[in-house]
Amino acid sequence: MLDYIDKIKEISERLLKDCSVEMVIGFRKGTLPMMNEPCFARTPEDVGQFVWDSNCGINLANYLTDRKERIGIVAKGCDTRNIATHIIENKISREQLVVIGVPCKGMIDKHKIATLFADEIQTVTENGEKILVTAGGKETPLNKSDVLQKNCAVCTHRNPVFYDELAAEKVEEQQDVDRYADVQEIEAMDTQEKWDYFESLLSPCIRCYACKNACPLCYCPTCFVDEAKPQWVGKGQDPTDVRTFHFLRAFHCAGRCTDCGACERACPVGINMRVFTKKLEKDCFEQFGWEAGMSLDERPPLDTYRPNDPNDFIK
Amino acid sequence: MQNPYVPYPVRIDDIEVATEDKSLKTFKYVFLNDGDEEKFSYQAGQFAELSVAGVGEIPIGIASSPVEKGFVKFTVFKAGVVTSHLHNMKVGDIMGLRGPLGNWYPWDFLEGKNILIVGGGFAFTTLRSSIVYMLDPANRPKFGNIDVVYGARTPGMLLYKNELVEWEKRDDINMHLTIDAPAEGWEYNVGFTPPVTEQKAPQGDDDTYAIVCGPPVMIKFTLPVLEKLGYAHDHIIMSLENRMKCGFGMCGRCGIGKELVCKDGPVFTLDQINQTPREY
Amino acid sequence: MKLVKIDKKQWAEGLESLKKSFRLLGPVKEDSYYSFKALKEGEQPDFSFLNTRLSPKSLLFPQSEAIVEYSLDERDEDHHVMKAIETDDSPRAVLGIRPCDAKAVTLVNLNFDTSEYKDPYWVKALAATTFIGLACDTPKSTCFCTSVGCGPYHEEGLDLLLADEGETYLVKILTEKGGNFLSTAGLEAVDEDTTLFDAKKKAAEAKIISTIATDNLKGQDILDLHEAPFWEDISFACLNCGTCTYTCPTCWCFDLQDEIHGKSGKRFKNWDSCMFPLFTLHTTGHNPRGTKLQRVRQRFMHKLKYFVDKYDQGIMCVGCGRCVNQCPVNIDIRKVCALMNDHKVDEQACAVQE
Repeated sequence: MLDYIDKIKEISERLLKDCSVEMVIGFRKGTLPMMNEPCFARTPEDVGQFVWDSNCGINLANYLTDRKERIGIVAKGCDTRNIATHIIENKISREQLVVIGVPCKGMIDKHKIATLFADEIQTVTENGEKILVTAGGKETPLNKSDVLQKNCAVCTHRNPVFYDELAAEKVEEQQDVDRYADVQEIEAMDTQEKWDYFESLLSPCIRCYACKNACPLCYCPTCFVDEAKPQWVGKGQDPTDVRTFHFLRAFHCAGRCTDCGACERACPVGINMRVFTKKLEKDCFEQFGWEAGMSLDERPPLDTYRPNDPNDFIK
Repeated sequence: MQNPYVPYPVRIDDIEVATEDKSLKTFKYVFLNDGDEEKFSYQAGQFAELSVAGVGEIPIGIASSPVEKGFVKFTVFKAGVVTSHLHNMKVGDIMGLRGPLGNWYPWDFLEGKNILIVGGGFAFTTLRSSIVYMLDPANRPKFGNIDVVYGARTPGMLLYKNELVEWEKRDDINMHLTIDAPAEGWEYNVGFTPPVTEQKAPQGDDDTYAIVCGPPVMIKFTLPVLEKLGYAHDHIIMSLENRMKCGFGMCGRCGIGKELVCKDGPVFTLDQINQTPREY
Repeated sequence: MKLVKIDKKQWAEGLESLKKSFRLLGPVKEDSYYSFKALKEGEQPDFSFLNTRLSPKSLLFPQSEAIVEYSLDERDEDHHVMKAIETDDSPRAVLGIRPCDAKAVTLVNLNFDTSEYKDPYWVKALAATTFIGLACDTPKSTCFCTSVGCGPYHEEGLDLLLADEGETYLVKILTEKGGNFLSTAGLEAVDEDTTLFDAKKKAAEAKIISTIATDNLKGQDILDLHEAPFWEDISFACLNCGTCTYTCPTCWCFDLQDEIHGKSGKRFKNWDSCMFPLFTLHTTGHNPRGTKLQRVRQRFMHKLKYFVDKYDQGIMCVGCGRCVNQCPVNIDIRKVCALMNDHKVDEQACAVQE
């Protein structure tokens, strides 16, 4: 995907020069291996900092919330689906945006790669399907497909679902992926096993809220965890409160989550809280045939009423 | 080691509705344990954390005066979780007081000086404490002229009305009470606090200090008036508010630059405030 | 100050016997990361770590600590009277704390132990603890301790400093507390001259390749820095999560919260973060640091300017690199420090507050 960079810069520069947008949101190279930093360009000169590689896992739709400018935004498949959700939920308007679509070949999992090496990783470079890691002075080649973020490995919407510009030719979508294997594993557990699994999953949580803050869906002016009147959740480290936070947040994302993986990627203590949102994503898919953000016109199933609803609880 | 997190237990001895809209109540507290009142020795301008078991704490300026003994008083506006709870409490209920906290108006330094007090709305609590302190027979000779400009929306929104009337009658304090619009039976000034200050307050000079406390909008329009009257920035003394938790300089949230409003303040001169980021 | 040599096997046996009189805490590997835990019978600290994922500040300043308790049951004589919770202040030792984290304790101490007020929970925990440092011979690339008044063999805040030397530890006895620890353990310590220790120290310091400059920070004007043009660029990517503040060994801000269960309740001191909007929100809805830019600026200004001016002890950072490594969007304090340190006011522009 390195070859996208020139095209991204070229489009961004053009958009800024002809004043189609006031700013372009993209990524710049980070100071650490496998890290890029979301950034913006307001002048054609600023676009020089833009990069694109397999370390752009942060969802840039998150940076659009309630902005007033006309904005160009670099967006991979999942980002465009969250931008669509933002548009439907009135967090930004379609007219404000020029979407620079990026056909995505997946992001690499920095937590996973780090655990493969005993030594500190010095550099990580990529060349197509090959990832070259230098750790402890030694170079190790990896296959990108072995170290993809878990959500990217099962992604079926790598191409932007809508766009105004494209940074490259569209890529082939993955066909034979088992999207919900991880969820099914948990579904197969009995109650006690599930309880134990969730307890151990969430035990490292420090409630820094990186997951919710990295999530484009979590834009409530006051999150329920911060609400004081009434206070729904305690603020300490009581496991009940920690669980309440994660479970409720997941439910709040039901029918809206695109499984972009930003939450898991952002977590400083490596919690895979994606299993919660993923379960609800699966339920929405199976019960309503719904995948979030695939259209700019259709509202998510949980805020839609249809007279022909198969369930009769509402009648 | 004194544990600054543990409040002195107090009993609510009296509750008085302080304004006609009932949004403010004055709570009179007595200490449960002998000796605690002495430990809670305070100066006019300081505040304390009103601490309610199971609810939380709220920093409130002390409205009673150091020269009043046997109790402590706070006038509390009903706004958030703790103050709403407080407004539903009854005489006899037990709660806690942590303090006194923060600095105070610089009384030692102000000896021999003329004092102008400008207050607005319900921010008159520590100003009431200050006036009672200065008018105490033992203290009055220490100060020069005392002028007080105090404004509220309506007569019924003025705090401590009985005392205001008493002070109006005295000749060792110049009261300039004002309300926003004319009202029946009102015999004092009409108009917002800043213009009344401009008309009635004494000119600033080296020996005259202004103590200003009020809502942000009053402060905003009063400061230029004081400048016009000749008050230098280091002659304008203000009391700031910020969100607080501990009240003694450790929890970190009330910082404005390197100053902590709870411990280095809440009392600052305008000159000091001008040297900090305006994050209050 | 004395340098001795202790055989590793003896050291392990000494620790085991110490557990009778000390509560021992040390780094333990969990999944792929290390954290400080109370060591059980027969459990030894695992010293094969670069650094723990979270700083050991929680040993003295837990993320959530009950400090006051009370009864709400009106049948109780002292209902609604708030009382301090007694803490266990029996002797304990932290084994293998890195020198940066030990120095951080001395910085946080400036906040919790002042001439006017003392946080008794911090002060007592600190007094009860012996700090056994572990020198860093293989620092990470993100360690920049040597340029912030610290280093891989730094001694501040420590009672003993251990340097790993094959089958032995070279142990520097820094305080009486440290000496007592060794004698209580009944460890046979052989005197050692400092040549090897000093050489190891020099070699370790040479491995710290990341540096920052802080020399201009003190001379900078607070308001000039506050109004500097770079804050929008620095803060743009920030998610306003608490990762940096919670993983930082020197961040000390906290919240107080009441929690009740039935008719009894406790007041907790919980970590808080200047990154959270709620941190400064007034009841009126006004928020003096309501924007992301203001909050990011507060964090860096506090660490790199306000602290410098207030205490004259350098910056409020020990160069451990945790925030650099764990920030989800790669906001790097080294970059921010350079911008602040190098900041020059544009003479053409006017620094006017809103």
